[in-house]
Amino acid sequence: MSPSEQLTIDRGAPVIAGVAVGAEAGERGARRSLRAQVARLERELCAIVADGFPHIGAGSPAWASTGPSLLGLEQLEQLRDQLAGRVQDMRRRAQERAEHELRAQELLERMKLEPGRYKFVRLPVTELGQRGCGVWEVRPRFGLIGMLAGWWELKLSSGCPLARGSRASATPATAPARGMPAVR
Amino acid sequence: MSRTPPAPEAAGPAGAFRPAPGWCAPEVAQELPGLRLLAAEAQVRRGGSLTGDSPPDIRERLRELSNRMRGATAVAVRRQPVPAAYRVFFRHIGLDPDAVRTPMEAAVLERMLRGGFLSGGLLADVLLVALLDTGVPVWALDAESVEGSLGIRPSGERERLGRSREAPELPGGRLVVADGSAPLAVLFGGLAPGHEPVANTRRLTLFAVQVAGVPELYAEEALWNCRAALELP
Repeated sequence: MSPSEQLTIDRGAPVIAGVAVGAEAGERGARRSLRAQVARLERELCAIVADGFPHIGAGSPAWASTGPSLLGLEQLEQLRDQLAGRVQDMRRRAQERAEHELRAQELLERMKLEPGRYKFVRLPVTELGQRGCGVWEVRPRFGLIGMLAGWWELKLSSGCPLARGSRASATPATAPARGMPAVR
Repeated sequence: MSRTPPAPEAAGPAGAFRPAPGWCAPEVAQELPGLRLLAAEAQVRRGGSLTGDSPPDIRERLRELSNRMRGATAVAVRRQPVPAAYRVFFRHIGLDPDAVRTPMEAAVLERMLRGGFLSGGLLADVLLVALLDTGVPVWALDAESVEGSLGIRPSGERERLGRSREAPELPGGRLVVADGSAPLAVLFGGLAPGHEPVANTRRLTLFAVQVAGVPELYAEEALWNCRAALELP
């Protein structure tokens, strides 16, 4: 090593150490910032999944878990990028779902105004973003008479089926209906 | 590695329950501020075995909680402040909470799959009730197998989980709950073999892991719930 090189190294040593300390502090700050971003993205992801239930699922995990450990800068960056991609995908799905519900709401309004134009059209309440098993349906009033006379109405079916099934299906097969022979 | 000696767990003048704060390795405390371990000892005064049937009051509590947690709650739970804080923490330590469920979400999912919180023995039920009431997970170790105070640190290279012969080797850098000489549990993971309480264990070391965003009161209450339920004669 030439004297000039030695001089360069000696003079540079404290500066390099200072840079190293500064870099370490900077990297720590970067990790802290990345963790804050990850926290924000995770909360947004949770909000989209909870609001969009049951139409928007959490999706498959994108991060291969290896076990609890302290993540480095590179790992945190990867995690942040993957989460950001996932949040973007979820936002798009939530937007699509909102548009779908809006279209369904508009269809329901039209069905209410002109039921005759939407004969036998069925619209489940889940399409409107509501919970339950109800279905809006345009049906003829008084059955065949209404159908022939053009009397159409919009009806909302009553809720979810009973847990034990309808009364008809709950009736034992061997019990004969009134006026009907028993099936054996 | 500097380890803060735990403050003595004691009942204050008003009878307040103060669990002992555990230590945290400096590199862990620096990277994960808000992470704390709280520990408390409990004497089991309930009759019968720890793994045997729970007494009627605890079974009744599980039934009540089963009725309270329904399908919609299972999804909404991730938005509640305490479970959400654990989800964020899981991300920060490299666990995907949709793959490795947080304790609260795992419990609620089990309830959905099984149709209720089924009894898993006295100790398991007591820990489950505390988790469901507060959102803070609590684990129990056989107090006789714990040497010194508990804390959180990364595992060393080729370090073993526990002190028993069958203790599995841990990869370096895994976050563990350790006592003065060995890791006794993987953080949010399984306990070391030979350190879990068995049917006739009478003295337990309970510990709760509090993360950023979880009020200390919740972690204290979780431990207090467990202790009170186990110490009831």
